[in-house]
Amino acid sequence: MRKLLAPLLTYLAAAAVAVWILAPFAWLLISSLSPNVDLLSRPLHWIPRHLDFSRYVTIFTSSDPVSSGYTFRRALVNSSVVAFLSTLLSMAVGILAAYAFARLRFRGKGSLRLLFLATYMLPPIALVVAMYFILGQLHLRDTVWGLALVYSSFITPYVIWLMSGYFEAIPAEIEEASLVDGCTRLGSLVRVLLPLAVPGLVTTAIFSVLLAWDEFLYALIMTSSVAAKTLPVAIAEFSGQYMVDYGMMTAGGVLAAIPPVLISFLLQRYIISGLLTGAVKG
Amino acid sequence: MSLHEWNLTMPRHPFVGLANYAQILATPSFWQAIGRTLYFTLVSTGLELLLGLAIALLLNRPFRGRGLLRALVLLPWALPTVVNGIMWRWIDNPDYGALNALLTQAGLLHAYRNWLGSPWSALNMVILADVWKMTPLAALLLLAGLQTIPRELYESAAIDGAGGWRQFLGITLPLLRTSILIVLVARTIEAFKVFDIIYIMTRGGPGDGTMTIAYYAYTQAFSSLLFGKGAAISYLIALFILLLSVGYVRLLRPAQ
Repeated sequence: MRKLLAPLLTYLAAAAVAVWILAPFAWLLISSLSPNVDLLSRPLHWIPRHLDFSRYVTIFTSSDPVSSGYTFRRALVNSSVVAFLSTLLSMAVGILAAYAFARLRFRGKGSLRLLFLATYMLPPIALVVAMYFILGQLHLRDTVWGLALVYSSFITPYVIWLMSGYFEAIPAEIEEASLVDGCTRLGSLVRVLLPLAVPGLVTTAIFSVLLAWDEFLYALIMTSSVAAKTLPVAIAEFSGQYMVDYGMMTAGGVLAAIPPVLISFLLQRYIISGLLTGAVKG
Repeated sequence: MSLHEWNLTMPRHPFVGLANYAQILATPSFWQAIGRTLYFTLVSTGLELLLGLAIALLLNRPFRGRGLLRALVLLPWALPTVVNGIMWRWIDNPDYGALNALLTQAGLLHAYRNWLGSPWSALNMVILADVWKMTPLAALLLLAGLQTIPRELYESAAIDGAGGWRQFLGITLPLLRTSILIVLVARTIEAFKVFDIIYIMTRGGPGDGTMTIAYYAYTQAFSSLLFGKGAAISYLIALFILLLSVGYVRLLRPAQ
């Protein structure tokens, strides 16, 4: 009896966890594909009578510049551009700094490293007022460039933190050999160290993209037009307006969720190892 | 900036010293926001730790489909916070929400309820949304800790006659100490900063029911346009988090 009961309970618990995780998300997806009649009916129709793709079609085809579909589409592009730019910027700066932390000796190294960690822990609300005025001075408010610059301010410490861990795990002798063979420091970083650190680079880049894609507060405050609004802001505004179109709101949510969910599903091995590297050093 | 009276409706920003800080510390709504934030932080971190531990223990057992479940567990974590917020707001909707429909159709609830309509219930619904999203992270970190515990320890404990519960208290919990502390650190710091999900689900309302400290700073700076005050509150939050992190680092050190 005991022998049978334990596996049965395990499977029951596993099923419960799976339902708990999937149900809310499934409901978001179903809602986005349900005709409005089904969405706004009482008692609720759990399964739509027919699938309604019209909201997705609207988002991808609407050409009216004041429509929510157009705003969503622009926001999708803006989010992608900002994620790409801020990752590129943070990686370029962060890798060099991480190398310095992992390989060079200099005064104040320990406290500087702690300072970077501390900036990552600071709540964005503590910095946003200052950032708002700085971007205004640079005439970069409401541009994707400005947003990418702001994002790199909190993504770069993260890159430094993760990458210096990966660099430290690679034996220094390998680079020393290349230095003896006549490579410059930069040359050996690019030709020897970086190729060896590819798994770390992938993980770090994934995290940078996810952080940029998810960010809300800075985007909310720094952007005001379709030129720079990101997806979280577009969704937030849309759901906050007087008349709420629930269907459009859910469709926008599904679209915003697809890239990070796909990334994490396909590259979960990297993500889990990255989460652990980050946590162990925290 | 926190040392100036910085009001956008006025042309000048006179230096006022620590007056902003003094005013904030004398404002009851500031302390109420702190209290709410502490409640949010304690309850959400506590639930995430307990549920995360349960899921981690489950995932540490061999069963078919374990790999799939582990991949699924990442899904809420990957979902953008704003999307999580609209998803739960839609589920909690007073007229068409899935939660009302589910509970009434199951016979547990007689009339639809406005989950986000009263301060106390709204705060708890926001916690629910946060717990749904962040428990998986706790579970994965704890699972990694569980996997470093040598199996021989359990085998010898079983030979000595220790049951499952005794093994859990005697072996699992002590050896999981570092992982548990890491989860606590990461989650309390994040929970104390909570902003996005509040903005999306309730905008601090109803009343001030979900006005956490980060949201309070935001309304002072960007709704009331009192940038000096907003900056001062931000510094107070930063200071608190700094103290919190130092405390945690102290706690973690002897464990390593």
